Formats: sequence, C-alpha cells, structure tokens
Amino acid sequence: MAAKLPKRGGVFIQMEDEIASMASIIGAAWTGARSMTATSGPGFSLMMENIGFAVMTETPCVVINVQRGGPSTGQPTMSAQGDMMQVRFGSHGDFSIIALCPATVQEMYELTVKAFNLADKYRVPVFLMADETVGHMREKIIVPDTVERVERKPFVPGTLPFKADEDLIPGFPQFGRGHHVHVTGLTHDERGYPAATNPSLHAALVKRLVDKIENARYDMADYDIINQDASRVFIAYGGPVRTVQQVMHNLKDTDIGFLRLRTVWPFPEKALAEFKNAKAFFVPEMNLGQMAREIERHVKVPVISIPKLGGELHTPADLTSALEAHP
Amino acid sequence: MSYEDWYRQDRLPHIFCAGCGNGTILNCTLAAIEQTGWKKEETVFVSGIGCSSRAPGYILTDSLHTTHGRAIAFATGVKMANPDLHVVVFTGDGDMAAIGGNHFIHACRRNIDLTVICMNNQIYGMTGGQGSPTTPKGCLSSTTPFGCNETPFDLCELATAAGANYVSRWTSYHVKELEKAVKVGLETTGFSFIEALVQCPTAFGRRNKFRQVADHVEYLRSHSLLKAKRDRMLENGEHIPEDMYIVGEITKRNRPAMGVKP
Repeated sequence: MAAKLPKRGGVFIQMEDEIASMASIIGAAWTGARSMTATSGPGFSLMMENIGFAVMTETPCVVINVQRGGPSTGQPTMSAQGDMMQVRFGSHGDFSIIALCPATVQEMYELTVKAFNLADKYRVPVFLMADETVGHMREKIIVPDTVERVERKPFVPGTLPFKADEDLIPGFPQFGRGHHVHVTGLTHDERGYPAATNPSLHAALVKRLVDKIENARYDMADYDIINQDASRVFIAYGGPVRTVQQVMHNLKDTDIGFLRLRTVWPFPEKALAEFKNAKAFFVPEMNLGQMAREIERHVKVPVISIPKLGGELHTPADLTSALEAHP
Repeated sequence: MSYEDWYRQDRLPHIFCAGCGNGTILNCTLAAIEQTGWKKEETVFVSGIGCSSRAPGYILTDSLHTTHGRAIAFATGVKMANPDLHVVVFTGDGDMAAIGGNHFIHACRRNIDLTVICMNNQIYGMTGGQGSPTTPKGCLSSTTPFGCNETPFDLCELATAAGANYVSRWTSYHVKELEKAVKVGLETTGFSFIEALVQCPTAFGRRNKFRQVADHVEYLRSHSLLKAKRDRMLENGEHIPEDMYIVGEITKRNRPAMGVKP
C-alpha cells in the first residue's frame, strides 16, 4: 500500500504504533476518506480502545487482523484464529461490530471491498479477520474492472448529526463541509453533545449502536451451504475451510454437509437451522473452540469442537478422525 | 466578526472550575484564530481526555474529542487525509506528556502541519489531582503526598529536540504574548507547539499553598524568565534558579513539513 496508494491519489502513513494507526484512520475517516490499517495479534490488542471510540462515534473504517498464535508475542508468522472473541468483545462496554473471514486470496480481495462498503453503510469499524495461512498464501486471483461501491448516507444540513433514521443509521456529517459537528467518545445526545450522566440517554444510544448491526445481520450475512440434508455438518471460516474442502473432496459423502462462513460477526445463526437433518456440527478452528461456543448456544444437537493450536492448519486426518470418533 | 463568534453558545456554560486558567487559553486561541482569517468550516479542533480537552466542545467548528493521549494521532489522520483543513489540537500535560508522549515526539519528528496548544496545569485536574510528568519537584498531589520526587519534563525542550518548527511557552498571566504566540504557531508551516502554564485551583492550588487563584497567577508571572534574558544570563555565567519557567519563543525554524496544504 505504501507503494501503490500515492500513485492513485491515496495517502499512506506509517504511524509510530498501532494505537496511533487506529487513531489516524478514524481521523482520516471524518474527512470523508476511506481508511484502513492492518496488524496482527499484539497490535490488535493495542487498537482496542480506539476501536471502541470508532464504534461510539460511528466512524466507518476497516481493520485487517492477520491472526497469529497468541497470547502475547506468541507465534509471529504462524497461523491461528485466536482473536475471534477479541474482535467481538475486546473493547470495553457493550457494542457490536462486523467481522469477515477470508479463506482464499480471492476472498482477501473481495471481502476487503465488502468491508469498506459495510463500514460506510453501517458506520461501524469492519474487521477482516484473516489468518496467517491465508495471509501468506499465493493464488491466482481475478480483479474485476469495477467493484460495487456503497456511499455513506449523506448528512442533511439542519438536522441533528447523531439522530438516526429508521435504519438506526445517521447521515455522515463530513468534516470541512461547514456542518460544525462535535464528535466525542463520551455518551452524547443527538446533537453530538456530551450527556454522560443521563442514564436513559446512554442506554438508548448503546442499544441503538448494537441494534444497528444486529438487526441487519441477514443483510450482511455471507455464507455457503453445501449438502443441506446432511446429518453431519462442518462449520468453518478462514484457513480451516481449505481442510474441510479437501476432506469433502476425498470422502465424496453427501451425508456430510458444510456451512462455510464469510461473515462471522454478527453471527448468522439462521444458517444453522438450514441443516434440518443435522445430528452434529463439527467445528474445526485454529483456537480452543471460540466460535464453537457461539454455535453451541444456537443449536440443540452436539457441537464438536476440533481445536488446533500450534500454528499449523488442520490436516484432513484431523477432521476425518473427528468424524470417526462421532459416527 | 469577533472571536466570540467562534464559541458554540448552546454548549455554555463550560465545565471549567471557578478560577481555572483554561478559559483564558481558549480565549487567547480564538482571538488569535480570528486574526488569521481562517474560516470555521476549514478549521478542525482535536483533543484527547482531560479538562483542557473539553475545549473543542465549546467551539463552533468540526471537532473531534478523542481518547486519552491520542489527540495528535487522530489529528495526524485528519490532516494527512485533507491537508486543506487547519487542524488545532488542545491537550494537557497528562494527556500529551504521559499517555500521549510517544505521539507527541513523533508528530514533532514528522513536523506535521498541526498547531498543538498544551494547557499545562502540572497535575491531572479532572481525575483527582494525581501527579503528572510536569508536576514540579516537591509539589503535592494525590499520588505525591510527600512531595513529587521525579524530575519534570521540559515540554518545549522536548518539542525542539524532536523537530518541531515552532515552540513557544507562556502562562495564563501573559495573555497578549500568548495570543501572539498562538497566531505565529497557527501561521507557521509544520508542527507548532505552544505550552501555556495555567493555574488549577481545584487540584493543584489548594494542595500547594495557592489557595487564592491570583496568588498562583502571580507566582507564574514572577517565576517566568524571558528566553532572551535567560540567554544573556547564560552568557554572563549567571546562575539560573531551577524553579524559573523559560517563556517566549523557544524555537522558530523552517524544516521540511508534512501534511502541508498544497
């Protein structure tokens, strides 16, 4: 990006740390720019406070986290999916965000575009939760001549800057246009003015920020369903998708289904109900079962977590032995 | 037009305590801005957390009240994405010199075209009077109950060493000088840093024998030493007492800057 952005009228800046990176993309977003930063593990931890600021101030921006093994410095350049709960709950307070998980290089491209569009539409930070497997992968990709581009809802002068419409999204009062908007991370009223000691106003604001995302979960849901009538169903996102594909290719068994998730947060739980004959869900993840727990609370059948730590992708044998253990 | 037109009237009264010096600095800044001819729609105020950081909320421009210590990093994003905007940061000693110290030195190093005004009350005023990186030695705060035993930062020397184009220090007593310094800062290309020492009667004054606001302002006046005079004293080999604040234009130069309006 340092090489390519300036040639296309963009701006690249290397900030002093990830706290500053997150801060500067928020500042840039308020001038109307589409802005993003990218990091892994420790840097993502440093971004947490300002991610909450972006949520509270409804700032559209994109963060890419190529996940590595943690905690702490852990396994740089090794693969993991250990930040799936951190992205959802890592900043303090109640909030909702959008997280997408690519499993191919093509999806790295497509979901980055999608991330910007979702960020602009819903005015929320959107996360591309890749993993090292996908991050270092080399594959052929197809770059289309044009991409879909969603614009931010414009601000109507004379209206209140933080008063939302029926879709719970307010128009975006871009800096430098004479809107005189005050943006604060404090609990604020519809004028944008601090109102931190007003209990009902705080409750209504946080509820709206959460509902804005959660109510729209099926507008942004992105998943594939394979072998819908199967009794045993894999659920995967990111790197492990590749192993599931290999296993399904090897077994050629129509009684094994696959729910392949691209939008992971907000979690599209209705997708689970599509598998009406499912007797068990198998969830390979490069963590100790972070999304398996989320899936568990939506279904009545067993959810078999297939965790993999250490920095390597599941092997097909890891998955087939799980199938064999739960016939 | 008067500088009063820059105030966001429906947000007043402000939250600053009676006797606080922050309002004086805010007035000086707006008076200086008024003289530059800048328009409200092309000016953005950015701040972090603390008493000083509430200032942008009282100004009728676009403003970004951000997280603790990070104002300069947010402002960098605003300025880099749209160099046509004039970006001014209000911050304090705790916000800028402690939690935000790293962003401060790197912004000075980049010499990014911002104006940063630090209301230095030498204490964390908003959060309970804890000692800050500029609390003078021996002073009492809630975290230095036996007197501060750490050496304070000289923020102007720090900004100069890190690469800022313009550095100036005054106090809440020196309103005319401060107003001029802010104006020069606003009009200087590159990073401008203006430190304004202010009295904080609520958190600092009452713990440090300044029960009357005027006593503290008088102390700031009588302990200010003009840089030119300091330089003469140094030449003559005279002793400069440690408790003096060097005021005036500390640094003015024209190094290459970032984020400059094309």
